[in-house]
Amino acid sequence: MKRTRKSDRILLQGSEACVRGALIAGCRFYAGYPITPATEIMEQMSRQLPKAGGVFIQMEDEIASLGAVIGASLTGLKSMTATSSPGFSLMQEHISFACMAEVPCVIVDVMRGGPSTGLPTLPAQGDVMQARWGAHGDHPIIVLCPSSTYEFFDLTIKAFNLSERYRIPVILLTDEVTAHTRESVILPPSDELVVEERRKPNVPPEWYTPYDDRQTGVPPMPAFGEGYRYHVTGLAHDIRGYPTTRSDEVGTLIDRLFSKISKDFHLLQWFDSYQADDSVVTIIAYGSVARSALHAVKEAREKGLKVGLIKLKVLWPFMRHTVIRFLQSSAKVLVPEMNMGQLSREVKRVSQGGCEIVTLNKVDGTMISPKEILRSLEDIYP
Amino acid sequence: MKEREHLIYKYLRSSKRFPHIWCPGCGIGILLGALIRAIDGGGYGKDDVVLISGIGCSGRLPTYVDFNTLHTTHGRALTFATGIKLANPSLKVIVVMGDGDATAIGGNHFIHAARRNIGITSIIINNQTYGMTGGQFSPTTPFGLKTSSSPHGNLESPFDICGLAREAGATFVARSTVYHARLLEEIIGMAIGKEGFSVVEVVSHCTTYFGREIGLESPVEMMKWQRDNAVRVEKAKDLGEEELRQKIVIGVLVDRKAPAYHEMYEKLIAKCRLEDNAL
Repeated sequence: MKRTRKSDRILLQGSEACVRGALIAGCRFYAGYPITPATEIMEQMSRQLPKAGGVFIQMEDEIASLGAVIGASLTGLKSMTATSSPGFSLMQEHISFACMAEVPCVIVDVMRGGPSTGLPTLPAQGDVMQARWGAHGDHPIIVLCPSSTYEFFDLTIKAFNLSERYRIPVILLTDEVTAHTRESVILPPSDELVVEERRKPNVPPEWYTPYDDRQTGVPPMPAFGEGYRYHVTGLAHDIRGYPTTRSDEVGTLIDRLFSKISKDFHLLQWFDSYQADDSVVTIIAYGSVARSALHAVKEAREKGLKVGLIKLKVLWPFMRHTVIRFLQSSAKVLVPEMNMGQLSREVKRVSQGGCEIVTLNKVDGTMISPKEILRSLEDIYP
Repeated sequence: MKEREHLIYKYLRSSKRFPHIWCPGCGIGILLGALIRAIDGGGYGKDDVVLISGIGCSGRLPTYVDFNTLHTTHGRALTFATGIKLANPSLKVIVVMGDGDATAIGGNHFIHAARRNIGITSIIINNQTYGMTGGQFSPTTPFGLKTSSSPHGNLESPFDICGLAREAGATFVARSTVYHARLLEEIIGMAIGKEGFSVVEVVSHCTTYFGREIGLESPVEMMKWQRDNAVRVEKAKDLGEEELRQKIVIGVLVDRKAPAYHEMYEKLIAKCRLEDNAL
């Protein structure tokens, strides 16, 4: 560990940390459309990207934004967009395309209150299920969830890494509080950070089959213009990329799309635990709510209650193995969320009745406070 | 004849499972032939061309040819093309769309790509119908026509695609029919050579649905109709407004100079880097 000097400490907004992380991860293309509370990311990108030799473009809507991002990624640039809940709805069409055509891209959704135009300036966590199931068709997806400025920085870099490694859209699901909060952070020097690059084909173009890789399940990906002239489509395709309706070819494709992620589930168990080893009641939380939960756990411990916290950093694929462990060791589990109960459904599904799951839901545009969580802990404590 | 055989071997994908999906007598094949000849005539390398499409009968066109090819979502081909052009401005980016693809579901993307004057060639094959889904009326279907989704007659007025492109800011706009195959090849070649946003409207026909709806029975009749109703832009000047309304004006309609978006962006990057280094 390097010694940190006072000068290493900087005051940073969540959105700014995201942009820093993206640039370090190698992002060189951003397309977006203004929307509260995600606009800060776009404005920062419009300043920073040209200086880094990258491209920023403000498109005519969110559908166009993700279309441009996919086009740029196919042409070899690490690419991203950011939006908020209503814009995220518009992007679902192209998230589905990126899953099917296996185009790496990063999408930030700074969640705000809904449904519809809802509460533009207030936080919510109503898109947990939209992030998983919003795009049409059966598809795998990776969704990461930061709860602080530092995590926003860190998970943005990891989002790009995962996206490039698996050739899949990665969604950074955050909320208005995490994006707008300014915090004092110490960012690690860039040489300590791991940045993954896209795997390129190492065979001559005439030997290249764009959608076939039996070794890793993730085919290497050349950029348009590099001499590998291949076909990309949202239609079900064979290993050459050409449209097919043959059941054996379609089945193989969809199986591979799923298995390339599922085979690595064990690598995607990213969480922080706080006093959860001996906890009788364990909180499972994510995003800004996890910070209120941490505060509540500290206060409850002072009162002698054996409670703990699991903060999830990966929401999808759901961390079944991690969650089951704590479900087995706890008498009760509390899931506080700024929605009517979305991730708690998943916790209940995994628990299958084995553990009592208590939900704490809030959808009025205000944060769930430590006091509210503490009250809930005291109510349910056996 | 010999030359044509040579181009087929050069540009059609031998690995693709033919036959193609188009109906016998469809105009898209004529467009594809003209496009291949125009690209070959321009001397562009196959690696340097990206051919992009949306959804519909025209959406399948890139599948068959040996370029960097991308079959996108309905109406959004131009958005993908925008990302590709900006990520690598040295590529020749060509987008093929249908009339519904470009001016209904993709109308917003079309006018904004034109307004930006980004270096993309848009080829819109206009058969005045949604052919793949069974002959519903499109934004270019004539007023009053009975179609499978306007059984009592179309209540909407058609778009003039070239007029739309001109007013939105495209710097090169031209029109041909598939009957005028040589003219088509020539204007596609000119369009690809332009730096800004270029639009080629290709008036075509749908032998399976639209022909039935307008009472023309065979592709030959439909192409004769194109021949008899087309008027060169040079001659159109002599015709009155009422007379012109019944005609298809073909040729180059707009050819003007304006800075292209991707060129301005490259200059912006250079300027930002210079300022950054000076600090």
